Amino acid sequence: MATPQSTVEGAAPRVPLFYDPRVRGIAYQVLVFAGLIALIYWIIGNTTANLQRANIASGFDFLQGRAGFDIGDSLVEFSSDSTYGRALFVGFLNTLRVAIVGIITATIIGFIIGIGRLSKNWLINRICLVYVEVFRNIPPLLVIFFWYFGVLSVLPLPRESIDLPFGSYLNSRGLYFPRFLWGEGAWLVLVGLVLGIVFTFFVRRWAHRRQMATGEQFPVFWTSVALIGGLPLLAFVVTGLPLSFEFPELSTFNLRGGIQVRPEFLALYLALSFYTAAFIAEIVRAGVLGVSHGQSEAAQALGLRSSQSMRLVIIPQALRIIIPPLTSQYLNLTKNSSLAVAIGYPDLVATGGTTLNQTGQAIEVVAIWLVVYLGLSLGTAGLMNWYNARMALVER
Amino acid sequence: MKNIVKALLGSAAIAMMAAPASAATLDDVKAKGHVQCGVNTGLIGFSAPDDQGNWKGLDVDFCRAVAAAIFDDPEAVEFTPLSAKDRFTALQSGEVDVLSRNTTWTISRDTALGLNFAGVTYYDGQGFMINAKKLEGINSALQLSGAAVCVQAGTTTELNLADYFKANNMEYSPVVFEKFEEVNAAYDAGRCDVYTTDQSGLYAVRLNLTNPDDHIVLPEIISKEPLGPAVRHGDDQWLDIVKWVYYALVNAEELGISQANLEEKMNSDNPEVRRLLGTEEGSKLGTDLGLTNDFAVRAIKHVGNYGEIFERNVGAESPLKISRGINALWTKGGLQYGMPIR
Repeated sequence: MATPQSTVEGAAPRVPLFYDPRVRGIAYQVLVFAGLIALIYWIIGNTTANLQRANIASGFDFLQGRAGFDIGDSLVEFSSDSTYGRALFVGFLNTLRVAIVGIITATIIGFIIGIGRLSKNWLINRICLVYVEVFRNIPPLLVIFFWYFGVLSVLPLPRESIDLPFGSYLNSRGLYFPRFLWGEGAWLVLVGLVLGIVFTFFVRRWAHRRQMATGEQFPVFWTSVALIGGLPLLAFVVTGLPLSFEFPELSTFNLRGGIQVRPEFLALYLALSFYTAAFIAEIVRAGVLGVSHGQSEAAQALGLRSSQSMRLVIIPQALRIIIPPLTSQYLNLTKNSSLAVAIGYPDLVATGGTTLNQTGQAIEVVAIWLVVYLGLSLGTAGLMNWYNARMALVER
Repeated sequence: MKNIVKALLGSAAIAMMAAPASAATLDDVKAKGHVQCGVNTGLIGFSAPDDQGNWKGLDVDFCRAVAAAIFDDPEAVEFTPLSAKDRFTALQSGEVDVLSRNTTWTISRDTALGLNFAGVTYYDGQGFMINAKKLEGINSALQLSGAAVCVQAGTTTELNLADYFKANNMEYSPVVFEKFEEVNAAYDAGRCDVYTTDQSGLYAVRLNLTNPDDHIVLPEIISKEPLGPAVRHGDDQWLDIVKWVYYALVNAEELGISQANLEEKMNSDNPEVRRLLGTEEGSKLGTDLGLTNDFAVRAIKHVGNYGEIFERNVGAESPLKISRGINALWTKGGLQYGMPIR
């Protein structure tokens, strides 16, 4: 320190090393970094020492152990003979399921409400306003309780189920649908569907190019409906209707057979969708209002109808404003799904919590939670950033 | 969310604990002036706040006995209501000094979880309860195939349930909640057909249902559930204190010492009584434990002997009216057996 050497060649005045802002900056950063490393080292060392002293087993070996408990709602096969690792995986899938369908539904409701907020129709406008204000100002946990205790648990017991069309039933144990049992040749229907989607893709490209070249329009929407709906239907008829149903039927305790959607899932899904939709509605409204008024006037001047000008001119520009805040709402919804534990939906936190309790591996399970939620959030954010980059204004 | 936070705090606490602090729990307890006791969030007969907000129950009284033995004051105890899921983390991280929360003694809890059980304050077994009015003709657990079963998460109950249905080739649909109150509410609302927990718990739950008389407890007992207080590994003295307060209470019942006749027994000539009550000349039994020689006197004076605690909270004098059964003294055909105090 005694011999300052950091003078720049030639003119610069000699300053002591300590007063050189660059050297100082680096020195501070090195100090902070060293402090951080020391802290982490201390935490790890202390944790290990404490765990050893308290004779608590540690490590991730417990994931291979037999779980011994059952999970009511599982997308993959799970029994009490499965491992703790699989229990966590089941929970992860359940989190993912409610997050994905919740995000889709919340986006749809949010767009409808958001556009409705801008409607010139007084009634629609006010209804949407009330919706937003109500759901935005209630904690999400209460919304979940509202759906679970307020709506779903007052439904009748299995023996007095409410009959819905197509052999479906609704009762306090959930929503029951008939299960599709595909017969021989049913794969052709799937092929028809895939072909329909592929054809639609090409028709759209062709129609777009033709419109660019000649200005003539083509009824792309109806053609798509005909292709995607018609081809599988054709295959279905040709193969001789290879479909039968397994209807839910009343047994001693519950309805048996068919597909059961449990009320825990329904409550969580509806609550998260309705809650997040209120925020998305405001984002959509802000996005649409953020598009300069001149744009809609210009669209009118071109002779576009108001629905067309919304779809072709306003929304694409509004999306650039909407997508970034929309991303954080998607992240919120995913993270709020951990409130599932309050109503017994077996998401990652619930199955992880049970695992934690049965094995006592608190630190490991919490670490898994952190990593998974972090991964989910970063994944969602990455996806949305990619979409944002695609939608962003390309400046030439 | 709340649970993540709790678990996080728990792990953080484990991570941050300064190593020497928890070496002598007794010193910590004396320094802060009370025993921190982990109890159930609300199980009538074991630990539940009454209408004035005072904690009542067998598990609660045991904590009061420990507090009384140390401080001669049954109020020198603070209660931390814990869900089944949070309880072990709370004990491991030092949030509570003793966990007296109808917790089943198992080998893995003794080893992998780093707990020490001090004794068995209540011998229980898991049973099933159904609404007999809605499910007529069901009188055995073996008829329950296909039922939706309400159960609390993270308990041995949850595991026994899976084992029982598997062993009997029956199906069921588990409806799992984290909190006891949530399970009760769900069962009462008809979300599930069957409620399963320890039998003593079933009787307690039944009291709070909308129509208690409609519900019956099925005869099968499917597991052994020895419930008792637990402490952390690593402090033998504290384990000894909790353990011997329990044995002192049982010995007191064996020797016929109760709250009522304690004064009189203080002058007893019976050497066994004198050893227990610390009136023996030159006795060091209490001081060797780290307490005073009259620790048992203090506990009995304030909460009574084991039998009194039992009858007051879950037995004949309580709304639960559970008979002593296997919780009677060994001399009366039960399993409660006080190790010799000498």
